[in-house]
Amino acid sequence: MAKYMEMIRIRFLMMLAYRTNYYSGILIYSINIGAYYFLWSAIYGDKSSIQDLSIVQMTTYIAVSWMARAFYFNNIDREIALEIKEGKVAIEMIRPYNYLGMKMMQGLGEGVFRLLFFSVPGMVIVYFIFPIQFTTHPATWIYFLISILLSFIINTQINLLTGIATFFLFNNDGLIRAKRVVIDLFSGLILPISFFPVWAQGVMDYLPFKGISYISSMIFTEGFHGNEIFHGLLNQTLWALVLFIPIQLLWTTAKRQLIVQGG
Amino acid sequence: MDYIIDVKDLRKEFTSHSSRSGLKGAFRDLFTRNYTIKTAVNDVSLQIKKGEMVGYIGENGAGKSTTIKMLTGILTPTSGLVRVNGMNPHKDREQFVRSIGVVFGQRSQLWWDIAVQESFRLLKKVYNVPDEFYNTHMADVIKTLGIEPLLDKPVRKLSLGQRMRCELAAALIHNPPLLFLDEPTIGLDVLVKLRIREFLKEINAKYGTTILLTTHDLSDIEALCERVIMLDEGQIIYDGALRKLRENWGEGKQIQFAFAEEATHAELQSLTQGHLVLWEQGGNASNWTASVENNEDIISAVIGRVVGAKKIADLKIVEITTEEIIRNIYEEGVIRNG
Repeated sequence: MAKYMEMIRIRFLMMLAYRTNYYSGILIYSINIGAYYFLWSAIYGDKSSIQDLSIVQMTTYIAVSWMARAFYFNNIDREIALEIKEGKVAIEMIRPYNYLGMKMMQGLGEGVFRLLFFSVPGMVIVYFIFPIQFTTHPATWIYFLISILLSFIINTQINLLTGIATFFLFNNDGLIRAKRVVIDLFSGLILPISFFPVWAQGVMDYLPFKGISYISSMIFTEGFHGNEIFHGLLNQTLWALVLFIPIQLLWTTAKRQLIVQGG
Repeated sequence: MDYIIDVKDLRKEFTSHSSRSGLKGAFRDLFTRNYTIKTAVNDVSLQIKKGEMVGYIGENGAGKSTTIKMLTGILTPTSGLVRVNGMNPHKDREQFVRSIGVVFGQRSQLWWDIAVQESFRLLKKVYNVPDEFYNTHMADVIKTLGIEPLLDKPVRKLSLGQRMRCELAAALIHNPPLLFLDEPTIGLDVLVKLRIREFLKEINAKYGTTILLTTHDLSDIEALCERVIMLDEGQIIYDGALRKLRENWGEGKQIQFAFAEEATHAELQSLTQGHLVLWEQGGNASNWTASVENNEDIISAVIGRVVGAKKIADLKIVEITTEEIIRNIYEEGVIRNG
């Protein structure tokens, strides 16, 4: 376990080594939240609520889902793809650890870094600019924390899958880019799932994406009540478990037919 | 049977597709592809005992790196038996890699953006190295390699020579009984090379570390290895003492003449008539090399005759280098070593 903790620490150091990324990240997220806030204000006009969400809840939803994104989002798919393309994966194979486990920990290190140094201060700033309501129920906070941890796991698993696909496709920039758009849209980051047409909502129930953003944001804005919260968390947990299977299968096959590129 | 590396009939085949030419060919490639099977390592068998330093040489693409990658568990062999440190590298990967150290000259295993000591610290955790052992062992390694002033610098700011020394230290953090070095001295200057060689000799003597080394720089092999394994087109063409290779192939000496004026082949040959001398022209018409048998009488006679007839600016007697021996072997084949 110590080695995984150490990896998280190393990732922290790496994030600190690239400060410009950090500052520009805050700027980009603020712009995104601002843009969506004005867009939704225009859509709401003088309606008090759409699909059971008030404008304040909507603004909170946007702010929270973007800040949660800072935590669950990572680039490990791109990193895995790069390591495979450059043949660096050979080095990873001679280390006594589980490569995918280590990658997940790197993602977690990155996530925790951004949660502490990015989301929390960002939320404070956003709180003063936009009309946002933070819940005062400690239970909601706890559910939210559990939920974003599960969001992280699901998103990272999908990233691992996309990354490992490089073993078979050799160049999967297109897939990585497509995956990012799909996740932003289907996870409810851009548009809450309850705004989707009914048939699409039905489809979403069978996909893992809403566990990435929609469920945690709905819990935080208290758009979910009572049993809905537990259903949401259960849905996330199930997906987190189910996704291990294709990862393991794909990884075993990939290792067997590994060709280290570049001699 | 206490071999550290025991390999039998090891074979690795790669399938690759060849593209058809032209636009029409490219369209056809979309549907069906031509696959060709390339055998990178062809039934290689070798045994290495504990404490040996073995040079593994061969031309580019001879299959050296592929073998190393199979021995370290990175690649899965197509067929054959591999036992390294008593384990199957592919089966018990995580446990196996704890018992080896690997340096790839062309790839870094340190983390690019962070200080060298942070990389070391992470590797120490990864290999579960106890504190007291780490402190004494690494202090020693760091001192011998002279990398103390580099520890707090990020890897990306190091020069190649500095980085290579750090890589070597990183591969030895867990003091593995077996060390694989894949072109560790590529692109390094003489001083760094010497330092690395000294260091390798030292750990070999101190811990009995077995070392398998691939390189294109034969002086590395000469300085370190008593045994060489030579590979050509995926097959072992020589496995034995380096000394023996020299004895079988390196007979004879070369005398390099720099004449004050130009000389011709016919002229020189007539001068040394009666002796078996092979004249070869050097850079220009006044530089000639005579290859002769390693015999004092003949050498003296040849020099005497040539010097008596022609004015000389410079003269040098050299032994045939290992490099030339290797080149000869590749050009002529191995059958001669009998």
